Amino acid sequence: MSVLVYIEPREGKFNKSAFELISYGYTIADATKSKLHVLVAGEASREAVAELGHYGASEIRHLNKTQHLDDSVSSNMVAGLAEIINAGIIIMPHNLTGRAIAPRLAVKLKAGYASAVIGIPVSYEPFTVIKKAFSGKSITKQVVKTSVKIVTLSQNTFGVIENVVQPVIEDFNFTETSHSIEVLSTDVQTGKVLLTEAEIIVSGGRGMRGPENWKPLEDLAEVLGAATACSRPVSDEGWRPHHEHVGQTGKVVAPTLYFALGISGAIQHLAGINSSKVIVAVNKDPEAPIFSAADYGVVGDLQIILPRMTEVFRKYKSGI
Amino acid sequence: MNIIVCISNVPDTTTRIKYKPGNKDVDYTGVQWIINPWDELALTRAIELKEAGTVKKITVITVAKADAEPTIRKALASGADEAIRVDASPVDAWNTALNLAEALKNEQFDLVICGVESSDYNNWSVGGMLAEMLRIPSVSAVTSLQIENSKPIITREVDGGRQQVSIKLPGLLIVQKGIAIVPRIPSMRGIMSARTKPLKVVTGVSGESLIEIVDYEAPPQKSSCKIIDSENLEMLAELLHTEARVI
Repeated sequence: MSVLVYIEPREGKFNKSAFELISYGYTIADATKSKLHVLVAGEASREAVAELGHYGASEIRHLNKTQHLDDSVSSNMVAGLAEIINAGIIIMPHNLTGRAIAPRLAVKLKAGYASAVIGIPVSYEPFTVIKKAFSGKSITKQVVKTSVKIVTLSQNTFGVIENVVQPVIEDFNFTETSHSIEVLSTDVQTGKVLLTEAEIIVSGGRGMRGPENWKPLEDLAEVLGAATACSRPVSDEGWRPHHEHVGQTGKVVAPTLYFALGISGAIQHLAGINSSKVIVAVNKDPEAPIFSAADYGVVGDLQIILPRMTEVFRKYKSGI
Repeated sequence: MNIIVCISNVPDTTTRIKYKPGNKDVDYTGVQWIINPWDELALTRAIELKEAGTVKKITVITVAKADAEPTIRKALASGADEAIRVDASPVDAWNTALNLAEALKNEQFDLVICGVESSDYNNWSVGGMLAEMLRIPSVSAVTSLQIENSKPIITREVDGGRQQVSIKLPGLLIVQKGIAIVPRIPSMRGIMSARTKPLKVVTGVSGESLIEIVDYEAPPQKSSCKIIDSENLEMLAELLHTEARVI
């Protein structure tokens, strides 16, 4: 039996969530006395791939071309490798790619698939994982009953652990192409912090009073190196683009620090942010439900507080 | 073009979740049931396309026992033409997908649309599993759908942006917010006509599960919120650094 971790570089590099996934795979392989295999799918330099050895990736296969196009083809690729290396546990990130490929892969391998798993399995016999249900209102223990198991890991629920090994990197060839999906155009911004991967998020709600007031929020985000986000009414009103909507029907985020500015804290919004490590809320209403979800709160008028806050963090950053 | 929209009957998203003694099952007493929010957006887009004349027929399908029929009628009242209820209590995502796949083998369709996840078990699974079981192509994280000359023009989210693609039919789309923004609310006329629209009940397949939930618990309570004086925001920066250790 072996453990297979699937990761993709972004813009030729690996981010913290890739290192977390390797660390996670290493720990599970160690606990189950299995060999860890890593499949890297996407363009990256040899040096970047070799860095995965810091986290325990000893055996790496690298497909040095951009793949993610057709989920059926990508899942064929992973299924093929999983069979060759006799993978018993397949680990993928719970991002756009993992979520797209894992369910198809599960059917191909008749494997039980546990998505958005939190941290390490609580037991290996039977294989039992922790995962949220009811959009964070419940925490469940789930047993994966099949011999081959697939999990996608919720980011920031395990952490990055160094286990320095000397990796063996071999080129991976996969030539199947899609006959079913045709790409018409791609519009991707490079160098952008993805909301779902951001360490700090500054998010605005209806309390921001209008799209013209977003500049101070963006200033704060810039000072903190944060991504910007918003609540559902804000995106529904068209003040901000839909891809910034955080909440039950929007994006579920897990930053270390989340600023909820002028967000009242409806249960649907909390469902999107309840995995944040620390939440700071600013609201003029001291009774707003956001304060019961927040760790730190400031009561008052955002138009006064927000520029002041930006100044404080600017000074603080330059002082460290 | 004929579209199938898969819908799931879920507790209203504001429901307080309670458990039966032993914490192995959810206590659904008194729960209000709704169409899963993402499925509702999928249905809304299908209805818009039908109104625009590019879609001929919309069929909704769900795997559930008879008590889900009010939710199915609501989908019909919103604008679906007919409904299929696969008579089974799904035991996990795999089993749900298998029930859908078996029922859809007998149907004529060009596109199947599924919401990206359901608000109850948040498994992100059924759409992709169903596509694989039906052996048809799928596109996930779909945020818009147009039909031009019987060809689907699809926008999907990719890391850092979006991509426009087309797919060979029959195909399956896994959709998220953006496919529609405000869910369609049934009109009085829709509610009246829903009563006479066809609702077919088909027999489900066995209850094999690959995943089993063995325990539920409430998430840990947050400790109380520390209120910081708006005149002393330096304190906030200080606490985030020394106490929370996040900056």
